[in-house]
Order: sequence, then C-alpha cells, then structure tokens
Amino acid sequence: MRAFDYVRSSDINTALQQSGLPETRFLAGGTTLLDLMKSGVERPARLVDISHLQGLNDITVVSDHIHIGASAKMSHVAAHAQIQSQAPVLSEALWRAASAQIRNMASIGGNLLQRTRCTYFRDPAAYPECNKRNPGSGCAALNGINRNHAVLGGSDACIAVYPGDLAVALVAFDATVFIRGATDRQVAVDDFYRLPSNRPDIENDLSVGEMIVGVEVPVVPALKNSHYLKVRDRASYEFAAASAAVGLEFEDDGHTIKDVRIALGGVGTKPWRARQVEHALIGKPFTEKVLRDAARYAVDGAQAREHNGFKIVLAPRVIARALMTVGGLV
Amino acid sequence: MADRNKVQFKINGEHRVLELDSRTTLLDAIREHAFLTGTKKGCDQGQCGACTVHVDGERVLSCLTLAAQVDGRNVTTIEGLAQTDGTLHAVQAAFVEFDAFQCGYCTPGQIMSAVACIREGHTGSDDAIREYMSGNICRCGAYPHIVTAVRTAAARLQEGKV
Ligand SMILES: Cc1cc2nc3c(=O)[nH]c(=O)nc-3n(C[C@H](O)[C@H](O)[C@H](O)COP(=O)(O)OP(=O)(O)OC[C@H]3O[C@@H](n4cnc5c(N)ncnc54)[C@H](O)[C@@H]3O)c2cc1C
Ligand code: FES
Ligand code: FES
Repeated sequence: MRAFDYVRSSDINTALQQSGLPETRFLAGGTTLLDLMKSGVERPARLVDISHLQGLNDITVVSDHIHIGASAKMSHVAAHAQIQSQAPVLSEALWRAASAQIRNMASIGGNLLQRTRCTYFRDPAAYPECNKRNPGSGCAALNGINRNHAVLGGSDACIAVYPGDLAVALVAFDATVFIRGATDRQVAVDDFYRLPSNRPDIENDLSVGEMIVGVEVPVVPALKNSHYLKVRDRASYEFAAASAAVGLEFEDDGHTIKDVRIALGGVGTKPWRARQVEHALIGKPFTEKVLRDAARYAVDGAQAREHNGFKIVLAPRVIARALMTVGGLV
Repeated sequence: MADRNKVQFKINGEHRVLELDSRTTLLDAIREHAFLTGTKKGCDQGQCGACTVHVDGERVLSCLTLAAQVDGRNVTTIEGLAQTDGTLHAVQAAFVEFDAFQCGYCTPGQIMSAVACIREGHTGSDDAIREYMSGNICRCGAYPHIVTAVRTAAARLQEGKV
C-alpha cells in the first residue's frame, strides 16, 4: 500500500479545507476505502478521518421528512425504532447489507459512495484494462465473466453494477443528498449517480472538496408500507443478484393502487428507478396479474451480456414479489 | 492525534502506546505490535470475520480498521474475554461444550461476534442467529454446532446462570 498521511478532523470546515489538497480522501468507516487501498485501486497520499466529526450522526424522524447524518452508522440507522416503523424499506436495505461487523463500521455517507464489486475493477494487478480505474484502457468485463454485471444503464465502456442497497431505497422515495463544500447544496439521489456512458470513472455528482453531510427522505404514505427484497446467491452477507425497494399506497377502496414506488438494485450501473412500471400500475387494481404484466417494463431496453441474461428474467419477478409482500398477496 | 505515528488505546483494559506506520491496520497492531495472536487474519479484505474484535463494545473487523482510527478507544480481543482466574466467558464455554469448531481458525472471530450478537439481542431464533452471525465464515462448516453454542450461551446469559 502506498504510504499516506493520516489526519483527524474535529470540525467540518477544517476537514473540508484539508480535503482540498491533491490526492486526499475522506476516511469514514474505511470498509470501502481501506479495502481498495490494499488492492491498489485507491492510492491516496492523505486521509482525512471524518469519523469523529461532531453533529453528523443525528437521525431525525419528523412528520414530513427523515434526515440521516452522513456519519450515522448503518447498524444504528437499521435499528432505529422510528425508521423501522415509519420507513421499513430503509431499515431492511441496511440490515440486509454486508455483515453486523461492517454495519457497525460503515457510515451512511460512505455507503452512498461505495464502489462497484466488479472483479476486474478490484484487481488492477491482474487486469490492467478498466475504464473506471484507468479511462481509455478498455473493459475486461464486456467479454469476461460478467454474470454479476449490469443489464441496465451500461455502455460499451463499462457495465459495472452499482452494488449498494440503501441508495436503491433512497432513489425509490425521492431522497436528497445534502452536500457541503464552498457552498451548501442538495441534489436528488437519482441525479447524484451518473450513468457510465464514455466516462465510467465519473460515478457521481460530488466534486473535490465537497462532503456529504446527510440524506433526507420525504415522508409519503407509501414509505410506511414499504419493503426491500434482496435476492442473492447466498442467504446473507452477499450483494444482490437483483433487489427491489418498493412502497405502496391504496385508494380508500383498499385495492386500487394510488401510489407505488419501485427501484431496482443489483442490475443497473446506478440505483434504478422503475418509473415506467410505477406509471403502469397507478389506478390499477392490485392483482398478481396486473403486477406481473407491469413489472416487465422494468427491463425495457435491458442488454444482456454472455453470463447475466438471468437478471432480465429475475428483476421483474423480484419487483412483483416485493409488491405482493407489501400488498398482502403473499 | 498528537503524533501521527503514535497510537494510544486500551486493549483488554491495558493502556498501550504504539509507534506505528500510518498504514498499520488494527489487526496487524494487535497481532504484530501488541503480540496478541488470538485474533486471526483470514482474508484481510472484510469478507470472513476471522479478525472480529470489539471497539468500545461494538463488534468490528480489525482488518478494515486503521490502528489510527481507534486512538483513544477501548479494544477487546478474544484474550480479554475470560476472567483473570481463567474462568471462560459463557460463549467460550459453550463453544467448547458443543464442539463448535473443527480447525478452530475462525473461532476467535466467531466468539467475539457471538458475544456482541447476544448483547445486541439478535439471538431470538436460530434464523436470527444465522443472519446476525453471517459475517463469520467457517470453512470447516461447523455452523450447526456454532448455532447451538450461541443459542445456549444466550439463554444461559439471559437466565443469569453464568
Ligand atoms: C465484505 C463486504 C460486503 C459488503 N456487502 C454489502 C452489501 O451487501 N450491501 C451494501 O450496500 N454494501 C455492502 N458493502 C459495502 C459497505 O456497505 C460499504 O463499504 C460501506 O457502506 C462504506 O462506508 P464507510 O463509512 O466504510 O466508507 P469509507 O470506506 O470510509 O468511504 C468510502 C468512500 O466514500 C468517501 N466518503 C466517505 N464519507 C464521505 C462523506 N461524508 N463525504 C464525502 N465522501 C465521503 C471516502 O473518501 C471513500 O472514497 C460490503 C462491504 C464489504 C467489505
Ligand atoms: S480477516 Fe478481516 S474479515 Fe477476513
Ligand atoms: S472451525 Fe475451521 S474455519 Fe471454522
């Protein structure tokens, strides 16, 4: 591992100033960053430890929104009683991620910025080609073992999956990322993540010298009736093969869909909001057939590579099953 | 931190000051500098749980923690669980009683994880134990006995029998 300077910041402004230096990275839980430094994917000259910053780990649940500070630990947010009751999808997306140990270390800010698990990206010694690591060098996944690569949002430069779970739930419920830098700004989580197109090295909207300070989720009725279904190769401690964050609100008749939220994980190059499916469902009766017919729109335009075609079959089923679970059909 | 290379923390109640390269992980600090070799290095990538220790009472992976990050904190390793007279912690005793290992390499991590799992209250059913112990991989596949040991230790601790 390349040698680096380690500094610890106790206030946000100092941390922001320190992070403006070249080749500097914030260090939160370290579960992505330190891992990637060991494999040589990340080679910072300086780490600014922000895990001790005051006032960034608050969790606030009020009538119209939920605010989660960037330093809050995944485990603490998952176990928060009001989040569990008011926004089950957030709690479930968190406790179904990683392991109990990692969730005690990892922060919400770091979670949003976790990097892809693409084996080619993560192994620079064996695979020099990777447009994400080294723009213009090519993509070893396109003709490689791409079983866990994206079928949605990919390009000829990159098909790496965005692996996180929480961001999928956040995208489904129109959450906003709060950013502090030279100025304070807010950006919708859906806009925060970029599609790879011809610059897969640029993954999100954050600039050098900017810090994520929190995320905010507007409270809508469907949030209370929400669920995160994660389908994977083993029962726990595994990334999604396909996942769905869903929420549902019925009309007063109890079976006509008034509002529905759907986003997919494990299949796209970014957390994937399934708006076409939502539009097809609003105003419809809640039956298994209606759900399965509409869920197929989620993979409109999907592109399979040699090994990942199963995701195109799986994703609509995961959506249907997740909705049937919140709607009481299973 | 006063000195970039100086890290001070408590390990199993004992105050330690170590002079470390900034790259040193907590795992390497524990094993190579504090000479406590009970904590194991399996994957060194956050994928197996063999390196599990407690920092301020919470279970974490020492291989993905920089030693510098625990400056000023309390670290507990497998060596810190038994009482000073050698009486084993209830979880250790249950692992011995129920033969919850084969080669034993994953065991210190399993036990540290289990102690925290019980404290967190995630032992209500065998499914809960399996879910909340999933961060500890056992290549020997001793899982059924591990679940029995955790379930039994949790029940005994709750009844206050140990
Ligand atoms: C074995 C394993 C399994 C996993 N399984 C899952 C899973 O199933 N689902 C899932 O969702 N995740 C999973 N993860 C990923 C894990 O959730 C992330 O590594 C973690 O959330 C990152 O948070 P952190 O605080 O450790 O970030 P760090 O590693 O400290 O930081 C990550 C990146 O974000 C930057 N950063 C951190 N905080 C901020 C901030 N506030 N502002 C600006 N930049 C910041 C850092 O500079 C760094 O580039 C897994 C990880 C491992 C190792
Ligand atoms: S050695 Fe730390 S998780 Fe495997
Ligand atoms: S006992 Fe051998 S790895 Fe678990």
